Amino acid sequence: MNAGTQTHAVDLARSSVRELNATLHALKEGSNASLWRVANPGGLHAIAAGLDAPVTVEVDGPVGYYCGGMNKQATILIRGSAGVGVAENMMSGLVQVEGDASQAAGATAHGGALIIGGNAAARCGISMKGIDIVVKGSVGHMSAFMAQAGTLTVFGDAGEALGDSIYEARLYVRGSVTSLGADCIEKEMRDEHKAQLFERFKLAGVDGEIDPSEFKRYGSARQLYHFHVDNASAY
Amino acid sequence: MCGIVGLFLKDKSLEPKLGEMLSQMLEVMTDRGPDSAGFAVYGASEPGRVKLTLRAPEGYDFAALKETLGGDAQLTERETHAVLSVPEASVDGVKAKIAAIAPEVTVVGAGASMELYKEVGLPRDVAGRFKLAQMSGSHGIGHTRMATESAVTTNGAHPFSTGDDQCLVHNGSLSNHRGVRRELERQGVTVKTDNDSEVAAGYLTWRMREGRSLGEALEDSLDDLDGFYTFVVGTETGFGVLRDPIACKPAVMAETDEYVAFGSEYRALAGLPGIENARVWEPEPAKVYFWDRAAA
Repeated sequence: MNAGTQTHAVDLARSSVRELNATLHALKEGSNASLWRVANPGGLHAIAAGLDAPVTVEVDGPVGYYCGGMNKQATILIRGSAGVGVAENMMSGLVQVEGDASQAAGATAHGGALIIGGNAAARCGISMKGIDIVVKGSVGHMSAFMAQAGTLTVFGDAGEALGDSIYEARLYVRGSVTSLGADCIEKEMRDEHKAQLFERFKLAGVDGEIDPSEFKRYGSARQLYHFHVDNASAY
Repeated sequence: MCGIVGLFLKDKSLEPKLGEMLSQMLEVMTDRGPDSAGFAVYGASEPGRVKLTLRAPEGYDFAALKETLGGDAQLTERETHAVLSVPEASVDGVKAKIAAIAPEVTVVGAGASMELYKEVGLPRDVAGRFKLAQMSGSHGIGHTRMATESAVTTNGAHPFSTGDDQCLVHNGSLSNHRGVRRELERQGVTVKTDNDSEVAAGYLTWRMREGRSLGEALEDSLDDLDGFYTFVVGTETGFGVLRDPIACKPAVMAETDEYVAFGSEYRALAGLPGIENARVWEPEPAKVYFWDRAAA
């Protein structure tokens, strides 16, 4: 850390999440870079949600729902597992989970990066709109459902109906895929994709350790974009 | 929305603390279900005796009922509930007599070790009334209710017990419970309330009566029960968890050498001893998890 970094300690066994978030929300853009260490999160919900400042928040333990939700600019490190909707609707910044993440990790997020050290449960990256998600373990069913933009990189396996009704977004999976969802197909892995994947490895700090050619790419067949009169009876 | 919790002890030395641990887990789940709460605890059993958990309106004189019933009965009163321990051979007679002479008394559970308590009110108050924190046992399950499918009444609260030493708590809602209820009637399994969760309990009772193990009965329910569910169930020696194939309702589990614990959210587990070193995971959809003391 820079010499100018101020470190603050917050103990959630002694003060509330509401107080912590109010303090973090009051930080304005251009405020001194600061590091916030949060102790005893105990699975509480909405820790460090709605931040909009280039600060770092280190949470020492498992968090509940929506940690880092709506994040802009901030770096949030979770030294434990995360509940439903970690980094949901993130705009920018970085959220890193050391353990597993529950359902809907990175849901609807427009930007930034979400790195999950363990597994992510069902619906990881549902309706993602530009976020880059890297999962070092596996993802559950219906991941990247209706994904619109961004990348989902999975080092392990993907569950049922990966990329169902996907618009755009690139899905990279190293392991097996139980099944692909409607309009999601395997696509050719070209050099530009390997280069993009390498960038994601860098993000996750594993560049040089994994060969991008071990991954397969999945994306949209673009058959469900528009109403097609031949499908009228299906609606 | 509802909150469910479960705790299965592997380490016997923790048994005196079961109630204290379960009560703390239950209270944390108040946000998920402030309407009513309930729990079942598998406590001490005596060979040849059965514990009947009775429930009656506020102020009911259980001692007088015991006197009227006569015979070899031991009574432990807890507010609106009482546990009546009777010799195994006399159970049917005692149940029939209660039904005949005390219509205001309901037998809510029966078994060698299971005791079952539930009431309308905040989980902390319900646990406090029945002194859950002072109970000991080998395993227990609990529920905090936010009613969606039927009224906020004690009858609608969980757990539900439809067989000896069997009970179930449920988060979710079943869509085919009417049909399953008719099948259960044909099979002679009694479902007393309109509640969908009681149908699930009855279904498992039926499967186990047909010779299926708890794990197998849970497997069967994947085919026969439709809707949203996370179930936590208890039997005299076992403890099981099942989520529907869509994983609609939340679930977190933790296991150490001392215990297996279930919570709707991690918060419910955060206060358990040694949780920082426990294996914590989200149970997979449509996968049966169960632990059985008898099989171990």
